[in-house]
Amino acid sequence: MSAGSRTAWHRLLLAGKPRLTKANVLATALALLLGFAIAVQVRQNSLQGLDALREDELARILDTLDKDGQRLADEARRLQTSKDLLTSSSTRTEEATRAAQQRLDALAVLTGTVAARGPGITLRIADPERKVTAAALLDAVQELRDAGAEAIQLGEVRVVADTWFADADGGVSVSGTVTPPPYVIKAIGDQHTLSTAMGIPEGVLSRIRSVGANADLTEESNLVVDALHRLSPAQYAQPVPNASTSQGAP
Amino acid sequence: MIPALGLGIGVILGLILQPTVPGWLQPYLPIAVIAALDAVFGAIRAILDGIFDDKVFVVSFLSNVVVAAFIVFLGDKLGVGNQLAIGVVVVLGVRIFSNVASIRRHLFDA
Repeated sequence: MSAGSRTAWHRLLLAGKPRLTKANVLATALALLLGFAIAVQVRQNSLQGLDALREDELARILDTLDKDGQRLADEARRLQTSKDLLTSSSTRTEEATRAAQQRLDALAVLTGTVAARGPGITLRIADPERKVTAAALLDAVQELRDAGAEAIQLGEVRVVADTWFADADGGVSVSGTVTPPPYVIKAIGDQHTLSTAMGIPEGVLSRIRSVGANADLTEESNLVVDALHRLSPAQYAQPVPNASTSQGAP
Repeated sequence: MIPALGLGIGVILGLILQPTVPGWLQPYLPIAVIAALDAVFGAIRAILDGIFDDKVFVVSFLSNVVVAAFIVFLGDKLGVGNQLAIGVVVVLGVRIFSNVASIRRHLFDA
């Protein structure tokens, strides 16, 4: 150890000796303050939040947040628009599907490919003397159609647009199915209208009775027409597409 | 010896009390601490040089702290607070290093 070094250590020791001078007290106070400040600053730094940042840093963060907010708002608007679009289009699809289903149901009842249920009348014609002809039955069916019957069944045969009647041995041939008496006609429609249509003077009932047969009419609130008609595809007629097809049932 | 003790007590006090630095002081406290450290190392060097003066230490300590904080404050007002704070830290850091080198040369001849 050189002389200079020794002097230095000696001076350090000398300075380290506890002396109660005004300057020493002041220095101690400053050192105390410094230590305190260091500890506080270290702690502050470890839990640094937004309030410890400088103005320009805060401005940058604010700017970034602004841009983010703008971007997210744009995205939200875009998504909302596409959601609205999807909702409305799916609503339209649902409506179209429902309308199509309604038309399908109506057409199926009309063409007799499905069973039908509803209020209506049952016309039971007992004909022990075989006086009731196919023409009389056709009259009855025609009268029921005029009165608004939506589904008609004669015996075990569904009466549709192309159903025909002919006299046959042992009864009446309905579209080729020989039906013996008693003939049972079920018709779904407004009960009152149908029974009135049957009972008018010189109408179906009176004519049937006039030939000596016995007709019995009952109104039913829950009638089931369950005879089905097998649909054969049209051979010549082709449907013409119509751009402005009506949405409702026919 | 007593000032060193004071430093230790100050650190302990800070850890125990855990005060929150008020907002207006937050940008300046770290710079002030660095400036105070510079003053402390300068004082140690002065002791070893044999030219230590109590009054000089107290004045240099306080003026260092105040000037460093003021420079940063001015920088903030001028819009170059960050850069100026970095500059102050660099200058004080260089001074601390040169003081420490001088202390080392005195104590260890190296």
